Amino acid sequence: MNAALRKLAAAVMVMFGLLLLNANYLQVVRADSLHNNTNNPRLIQEEYSRKRGPILVGGKPVASSVATKDRLKYLRTYSSGKLYAPATGFYSLVYGASGIEGAENSILSGTDSSLFVRRVIDLLTRTPPQGGSVALTLNERAQRAAYRGLAGRKGAVVAVDPTTGKILALVSTPSYDPNLISSHNPARVRANYKRLSADPDKPMLDRALRQTYTPGSTFKVVTAAAALDSGRFNKNSPVYNGAALNLPQTTADLPNENGRPCNPAGQATLTDALRFSCNASFGKVGLDLGGEALREQARKFGFESRFRIPMSSAISDFPNNPNPPQTAQSAIGQFDVRATPLQMAMVAAAVGNRGILMKPYLVQERRAPDLSPLDVAEPQAIGQAMSPASAQQLSDMMVEVVENGTGSNGRIAGVTVAGKTGTAQQGAGRRPHAWFISFAPAEDPKVAVAVVIENGGDATEISGNQLAAPIARDVMKAVLRR
Amino acid sequence: MSPRGHGRNPRNVELFLLVFSLGISMAAYASVGLVHDGVLPTGLAGYGGGLGLLFLVAHLALRRLAPDADPLLLPAVTLVNGLGLAMIHRLDLAYEDRAARAGTHAPTAAAPAQLTWTAVGVLLFVIVLVLVRDHRILQRFTYTAMVAGLGLLLLPLLPGIGGTINGARIWIRFAGFSFQPGELAKLMLLVFFAGYLVVKRDVLALASRRVLGVDLPRARDLGPIIVAWAASLAVLVFERDLGTSLLFFGVFVALLYVATERTSWLLIGVGLFATGSFLAWSVFAHVHQRVDIWLNAFAPRNVSGDSYQLVQGLFGMGTGGLLGKGLGQGRPDIVPFAQTDFIVAAIGEELGLAGIMALLLTYGIIVQRGLRTSIAVRDAFGKLLAAGLAFSVALQVFVVVGGVTRLIPLTGLTMPFLSYGGSSLVSNWALIALLLRISDAARRPAPPPAPVLDDATTQVVRL
Repeated sequence: MNAALRKLAAAVMVMFGLLLLNANYLQVVRADSLHNNTNNPRLIQEEYSRKRGPILVGGKPVASSVATKDRLKYLRTYSSGKLYAPATGFYSLVYGASGIEGAENSILSGTDSSLFVRRVIDLLTRTPPQGGSVALTLNERAQRAAYRGLAGRKGAVVAVDPTTGKILALVSTPSYDPNLISSHNPARVRANYKRLSADPDKPMLDRALRQTYTPGSTFKVVTAAAALDSGRFNKNSPVYNGAALNLPQTTADLPNENGRPCNPAGQATLTDALRFSCNASFGKVGLDLGGEALREQARKFGFESRFRIPMSSAISDFPNNPNPPQTAQSAIGQFDVRATPLQMAMVAAAVGNRGILMKPYLVQERRAPDLSPLDVAEPQAIGQAMSPASAQQLSDMMVEVVENGTGSNGRIAGVTVAGKTGTAQQGAGRRPHAWFISFAPAEDPKVAVAVVIENGGDATEISGNQLAAPIARDVMKAVLRR
Repeated sequence: MSPRGHGRNPRNVELFLLVFSLGISMAAYASVGLVHDGVLPTGLAGYGGGLGLLFLVAHLALRRLAPDADPLLLPAVTLVNGLGLAMIHRLDLAYEDRAARAGTHAPTAAAPAQLTWTAVGVLLFVIVLVLVRDHRILQRFTYTAMVAGLGLLLLPLLPGIGGTINGARIWIRFAGFSFQPGELAKLMLLVFFAGYLVVKRDVLALASRRVLGVDLPRARDLGPIIVAWAASLAVLVFERDLGTSLLFFGVFVALLYVATERTSWLLIGVGLFATGSFLAWSVFAHVHQRVDIWLNAFAPRNVSGDSYQLVQGLFGMGTGGLLGKGLGQGRPDIVPFAQTDFIVAAIGEELGLAGIMALLLTYGIIVQRGLRTSIAVRDAFGKLLAAGLAFSVALQVFVVVGGVTRLIPLTGLTMPFLSYGGSSLVSNWALIALLLRISDAARRPAPPPAPVLDDATTQVVRL
């Protein structure tokens, strides 16, 4: 029987060999994919048992992890939740992470490959692993000024540093408190999320980045840039001065807002057209340049591309192959032209920055848990949106808008401000959006701003100046410390 | 030199190894307490003392009753038993914490019960060694063992005392106790298989025809294997116990092969197994479901339902990775039945691949020493019984670990000495006692060679 017993022993060895191989396969080869399976509840618990790094604004944490007594050891807490919600996003047990919390999760949670060596040291020294911190480019004063200005209204403010692309303010109202979605009680989180999602005012929508609006007259800056760069116009070139432009191929007209010629006193220049925001003049300029030239200019300013700041923005649009009446409409920022507040801030910034469009960014620095910097953001140019000479002329024109035109509420004592108002028509029965874009100081810009207030205006061009310009002014003052 | 004159005294080796096994068990227990409360558990000394005393009792019993028995078996078994106790205790704490958070009553702690069962197991271990002074006397009880084994196996089917727990009707209850008689039936049937095959092996080894190089048995000799097959299917059908069914049939076929050395019996066994599996799969919904869970464990329709337990166990093992999360630092309590059927997943999560491999190798040692005993022992009954005992452990480990690690479909058996459960623990202590009894006989030095009497006698005759 011993021969058979030896064979049985061999069979047993094979059986145990299979078990050992399979265990190796599970715990080495497939370990990561099993561990990271979304159905693995251990994943969330691990994430919550690490001290997640803070999100900093001006050195102060706006999102931080606070030790708790429940099983998930740390609770994510937002000190000024509503103010910074468009930037921080939320960090939720149920709904994952959004905003910087989502985009910079690997650093904040400490799982990023740049923290690998540190993790190994933590493992060996049995130090509880910690996340790194993320410092934002936001300027607290500008952020607060923008939030205060938008109080009670639906709208958004984006401020950028024209020379670097740093985002100084990123505000969307009405906002929401991310603490509501980051609690450890899933039932309460779900209820809060449902309530916020169902709110007709869409408090969780990041209007600054993710919502596109008809830019209205603020788009005339783009049309003016195309005109100047075409070489066929300078800031003093005479333009069409009628009270209304007869749209070709139609019976419709494109009238000026006040129904009068752009310069009732006589000849109107391109500067006049911008200063008084003359629809007929810009409609005619647009027709002269053609739809493709306008579209090309818009693209140079960043239309039709998506920005990752690192959260991705919505894409701003210029209509493809517009016919002549559509081209005229598009030249004044109507028809199918759509832009995010971020995009319009970038238009203003590029004009101020000698035509150079900078890549917008929200993360200034990533730091290891011991606060040593992992990487510091470096400004990057996207490209030359217009020639420096054209940019200088356009800048002068926009200064005229604020000093002697429709944008009077953008003025700051002792500072030259360049700006442009906008009142974007929303069709019959709906109130237009009020816009203001600006930069200052005009000769050496430190800040460019775009403000939009949804359905905030009455039917006239005044609303951009009345509602949006004061907010832009306050934000610029906050940055310039005026 | 040992007093017995053949190398090192195996009992001294055993004592030395037992110290290690006790040390590891206590370290595991201490580690659980340290992680949970930040301090060494207050009962550590008492726990270590109690466990040490039990190990010592078993050891002293061997010194007295089976001095030549294999020195590795007892340390290996106590190591697994001690590790199981620590893991069961660790899960008790997790369940208590969970109940405290939910504001409900914690389930009764399992570890103290398991410790009590360990004591009962050691007691039975000693009793078996005392009662069975020579394993060959068991051969006399071949048919008694069969009746007792089948009776125990069928007991849960009796109305009144039989009970269904978690879908399997393998429990009996009386006087507030519940017991799985299948575990004890396993021992009885192993004695029966060995005793029966010793007698019948010559007949069963007779060949009728040779087909493709394989000697086929005579048709009239197919009776026993068909009966074993039918009985296994009956267990499957009436008690819904896939694991026990597989275990009995597997061990029977293996012993039939060992007894006859006829490959044909293996082929017939495999054929019957395949037929039975296919029949069960096509007829019984619960078998069909087990296979579906196995093949489609990660399918969305299963993942949070039928295959939840399996998949959560796999996640735990994946999360544990190479070195594990550390005792008390994972979440093995997420996996249902982590103290019994899925204790291997708990080990994999907290002790990692390293822990699983060490555990499997420890079982490997137990099985290997058992089979070595079988090869070494001189009588055929002892050979078959030792082989049956050892192979049943091997098959049980394969079926459980293979099921939990998704190598094969889940069948639901306990891990010998590791899982929580009195019936299983006590029966396995008796199993090891039998194995050690046979091993003692196998390793006992031959009586000192008497002066060559035969020659002397012959010479006397010549004179």
